[in-house]
Amino acid sequence: MKVGFLHSIIRKEEKLLLEEFRNREGIELIKIDDRQQFFDLHKNDFDIDVIIERCVNHSRALHSMKIFSDHGIPTINNPEVAETCGSKFLTTQALIKAGVKTPRCFLAYTPESALEAMEHLGYPCVIKPTTGSWGRLISKVNDRDAAEAILEHKQILGSYHHSIFYIQEYLEKKGRDIRSFVVGNDCIAAIYRHSEHWITNTARGATASNCPVTQELHDISVQAAMACGGGVVAVDVFETDEGYSINEVNYTMEFRNSIDVTGVNIPEKIVDFVLKEGRQ
Amino acid sequence: MAECPVCGAEVSLEGDAEVGEIIACDDCGSELEVTGKDSLQEAPQEEEDWGE
Repeated sequence: MKVGFLHSIIRKEEKLLLEEFRNREGIELIKIDDRQQFFDLHKNDFDIDVIIERCVNHSRALHSMKIFSDHGIPTINNPEVAETCGSKFLTTQALIKAGVKTPRCFLAYTPESALEAMEHLGYPCVIKPTTGSWGRLISKVNDRDAAEAILEHKQILGSYHHSIFYIQEYLEKKGRDIRSFVVGNDCIAAIYRHSEHWITNTARGATASNCPVTQELHDISVQAAMACGGGVVAVDVFETDEGYSINEVNYTMEFRNSIDVTGVNIPEKIVDFVLKEGRQ
Repeated sequence: MAECPVCGAEVSLEGDAEVGEIIACDDCGSELEVTGKDSLQEAPQEEEDWGE
């Protein structure tokens, strides 16, 4: 089987996946660096059975997977999953539509209506760019003064993406949240992400410890994954007094800090899934 | 042995170093990208759509 490995920079995750693929028999691994690739949109230049996407740029991942997929090459994940998970707005819409619990959320297009939405939701609340990762440019808004300042900054300094105001209820995380890993129909592992800061991304310094995958956590993680189209995703879960609430779903998941603490060989599970999809 | 493009220090690449891999220079701490068996360049800067 010919496996296309779509990437840009090679991080710890990509290295572990490459190693896992190379340990499998009967696999021809073809690395495709998105920085060096151009695509003839009219024909399929690729003799590949399945693509695993590991781009660090969301825009490149999305476009590339659309091209491969339209040529009939299965991609992990598929472009619809990337499109949904790459937008916090589309993710929230998908979760609401599927009946998966998620924090209350408003969308507005002008600073004035965004301020009104925040006043309606109450403080503190969180304002996020609809596209972005690693906790970048997300703001906890504690009061009206902060809201006015952030909205003015976004209006004057922000790019086009910041003209859509995605406003989310602030949930007190009590120093941790959960990151669960879903592969196909299975939640294979989960970690707690601990931080004194309200942002609990491990990319921002949060530490990881094992989180037992209860039936409840398994089920809501898989439901969230399926709401966004399934595949290989990482789900960010808040613990609330009323049960779990899904914050985000990530489609090019990072797992370097989660293998040792969970004892689960995450790259092995991902490679198994990719090869299974490639055989179908 | 490769040379750090930032500080000029010699950087020893592991045998299994991968083209595209990000490593750090032990001398200056710069993030570097492996471009060949004995070559490095400065790692690209984070962009707005980088992430998961």
